[in-house]
Amino acid sequence: MMNILEFSALVGLGSLLAGFLGALTGLGGGVVIVPMLTLLFHVDIHYAIGASLVSVIATSSGAAAAYVREGYSNIRIAMFLETATTIGAIVGAAVALHVSGGSIAIVFGLVLLYSAFLSSRDRVEQGEHLPPTPLASKLRLNGSYPTASGMQSYNVRGVPAGYSLMFGAGVLSGLLGIGSGAVKVVAMDQAMKIPFKVSTTTSNFMIGVTAAASAGLYLHRGYVSPGVAMPVMLGVLAGSLIGARVLVKARVKVLRYVFAGVIVVLGIEMIFNGATGRL
Amino acid sequence: MTRRDWGDLEIEIIIGVLLRTGVILAAAVVVLGAVVYLAHYGLTATDYRTFHGDPEFLRSLTGIVRGVLQLDGRAIIQLGLLILIATPVARVAFSAVAFALERDYLYVWVTLFVLAVLLYSLLGSH
Repeated sequence: MMNILEFSALVGLGSLLAGFLGALTGLGGGVVIVPMLTLLFHVDIHYAIGASLVSVIATSSGAAAAYVREGYSNIRIAMFLETATTIGAIVGAAVALHVSGGSIAIVFGLVLLYSAFLSSRDRVEQGEHLPPTPLASKLRLNGSYPTASGMQSYNVRGVPAGYSLMFGAGVLSGLLGIGSGAVKVVAMDQAMKIPFKVSTTTSNFMIGVTAAASAGLYLHRGYVSPGVAMPVMLGVLAGSLIGARVLVKARVKVLRYVFAGVIVVLGIEMIFNGATGRL
Repeated sequence: MTRRDWGDLEIEIIIGVLLRTGVILAAAVVVLGAVVYLAHYGLTATDYRTFHGDPEFLRSLTGIVRGVLQLDGRAIIQLGLLILIATPVARVAFSAVAFALERDYLYVWVTLFVLAVLLYSLLGSH
């Protein structure tokens, strides 16, 4: 049995790595935190979810502070879609009380594998040439972002589909204590045809608000344990700040492969642990 | 300063500063709490295998403040975590003001809706 000093140091180190990967891929650290805490450190899933939720707020806010200045994120898209994710997060936290952890883990693993399948499909990066939809124009969601050849404008499509996916992302966030970055990026990148770099940075921006919507509920229930959340939050924060520096330099293609690979592994892990009754 | 509409970029820069300040403040308080907590309990064995839930005083704002005044390390960490949770909420509150200054009333309402949901979770009795 470890003492609290050893536990804090090892969990902090693991969380640093998780935060780095999370910021790099737009997934948020949470998806790595829960398996790490439960499988490696044998922490009860309730505490793991509470610590994870807090850590995704740190990841999101820390990285978003760096991204917003780069001009990639779109605050109108973020705010509009947050009406769906925050309501979803509260619904998810409420549902968590009534559904078994194993079945939730299996469903979520399948969602991750499907996201990986979608994001690995060949797709031409030409969203900017599509005409805007009337709803996207009315909501002023269309925008522009910096590229090597100057500002590039883009039009937003598939608003109802993207909005529904965002509600689902919110439910999963509240249910599993993750940022649901994978589903958020799929909603924006695939359903709404928003450029990948804008999708990942706007997703990171939204994760903090989504997680805050369920974090309050979890804290009142006593799921946020200071002894677990402290090393996780500090480690993830340090890792995410390093990851954010790399993201700005990384190329979109490399990013997509890393992204797809990470969510496949996590999807299999979720299904396996759900089926064997460990989660 | 002359009166003019705020640009998106200026708003994004202020949001960046707000987020950074909140996270740094939260991290500083958590580190402070960690020092006190580890100094007291560092060599105690961990037990997070079974779920007991936090002690009652770590579950509410008033309880956390009481604990901080008694220099309880866990309460100081919890205060830092509360500041962290409040950071995106402050970001949303600021966005409502920014959209109002931009005279984008559609987004003022969108933002106020998000703020209401967050405050329900953070302050509501559950």
